[in-house]
Amino acid sequence: MIDWQPLWLSLRLAGLTTLLLLFISIPLGYWLAYSRRRWKIAIEALVSLPMVLPPTVLGFYLLLAFSPSHGFGRFLDRYLDIRLVFSFPGLVFASLLYSLPFMVNPIIAGFSSLSPNLRAASRTLGKSDGATLVRILLPNIRPSLITGAVLSFAHTIGEFGVVMMIGGSIPGQTRVASVAIYDEVQSIRYSLANQYAIVLLAFSFLILLLVYLANHHFNHAKTLP
Amino acid sequence: MPHPPTSTIRATKLLHTAQGPQRLDIDFQWQQGRLLAIYGPSGAGKTTLLRILAGLTPTDSGFIEVEGETWLDSSRRLNLPTQRRSIGFVFQDFALFPHMTVRRQLEFALPDPNDNSIVAELLSLMELNELQHLRPAFLSGGQQQRVALARAIARRPRLLLLDEPLSALDDDMRDKLQDYILMAHRHYGLTTLLVSHHLPEVFRLADEAILLENGRIRTQGAPADIFAASSLTGTIASIEESDGSFAILIQSLHGISRIAVPKTEAAAWQVGQQVSIKILNLSP
Repeated sequence: MIDWQPLWLSLRLAGLTTLLLLFISIPLGYWLAYSRRRWKIAIEALVSLPMVLPPTVLGFYLLLAFSPSHGFGRFLDRYLDIRLVFSFPGLVFASLLYSLPFMVNPIIAGFSSLSPNLRAASRTLGKSDGATLVRILLPNIRPSLITGAVLSFAHTIGEFGVVMMIGGSIPGQTRVASVAIYDEVQSIRYSLANQYAIVLLAFSFLILLLVYLANHHFNHAKTLP
Repeated sequence: MPHPPTSTIRATKLLHTAQGPQRLDIDFQWQQGRLLAIYGPSGAGKTTLLRILAGLTPTDSGFIEVEGETWLDSSRRLNLPTQRRSIGFVFQDFALFPHMTVRRQLEFALPDPNDNSIVAELLSLMELNELQHLRPAFLSGGQQQRVALARAIARRPRLLLLDEPLSALDDDMRDKLQDYILMAHRHYGLTTLLVSHHLPEVFRLADEAILLENGRIRTQGAPADIFAASSLTGTIASIEESDGSFAILIQSLHGISRIAVPKTEAAAWQVGQQVSIKILNLSP
């Protein structure tokens, strides 16, 4: 019988990660798109690092950093009573880093595709940078926001290496769907692994279908009165 | 009668143009209520000058005072942000907000959303009533230009800045929209700076013009004084010298014309040579 808990945990992790990433990536993407500082290129490279890094490398360093037997992890454990290894909050934190480029890069591309005069026009109309961002820029990069959210969500659902390194496989805590599939295969329970896999496959397809439908609708809405 | 308030801009900036680095060095004044055209070839720095006034482009050094209010004074490190300069700006690409209807664009521009009487007035003045619920994608170039103009005026700015607003339009449309610009300028008693490289437009609209070339102001004055030019073509009939000053006599359809020339140039001319002389008045 299929245990729905890992799937539910994957959804919670991906949903929470996507929501937090939206809040982090809009100001970060804004800064990366519009700042004239030279060293922003270093930040851009850093943000994109998880795209090329083996997930186990990221997971390994996070494991070292958050381990209660080392400096920073010990500080968190002793003074703030926060333990990020083998816990759900730790998974969320790792997922934020791991999926960051999938949210930030579409947002940067969205901002960069807008005419620079839109921002200038809003300023000449007396509007602050904050009001300009919320009322002018964000509504016009909606497709980029949707793309970023979907990619981050899907990428977090599919995450495996980082979870294994920093989360392990604690049922209800860190045993997400991708880990559950691995566990079932290890125990030679292929049919159970198959059930998890099929649910993930169908779910992923459904999400992408919805996104393409929404984008299609959005593009049409722009050309009809 | 007291003079209307005067405004001043002095600014320098190193520009990086397609032809290499070029220094923008400007210094001029204008009076309230005038429509001043800034004319010059492309790459002369016209748009940059307008953006400096709006606070959208930083200067290397500069001073801007508009009707008694200082907007920029680099010697005192004072630089009023764009938002606090009382301007309306019409961009070359209009910069209309793609997601807003015509009416929403005007409402967005209001300093006080509760006081929106000017929106209805502008919609009818610019003949936009029937288009007010459409987004920019459904408007023609001329209609977009009217929306951009109305939006720039909606906050009742002290200074209206128009950056080649008609360059994207054909001649017929140009003529019509010039009327809208003049009407708005007079109706709202605006002070308007118009960037243009279209001479008929300058003559039609401007009280005063500035000729900008290679980042410098060559001359400022009434368009007729600056640009009235004629030419004379003929043959050199003789070269005269009296008391060390030289003159050439040119025979043309209009008869004989006598033109004084410096001694250094006189030697370059020969009797019988075909010449064409352009008369340009550059000092009003």
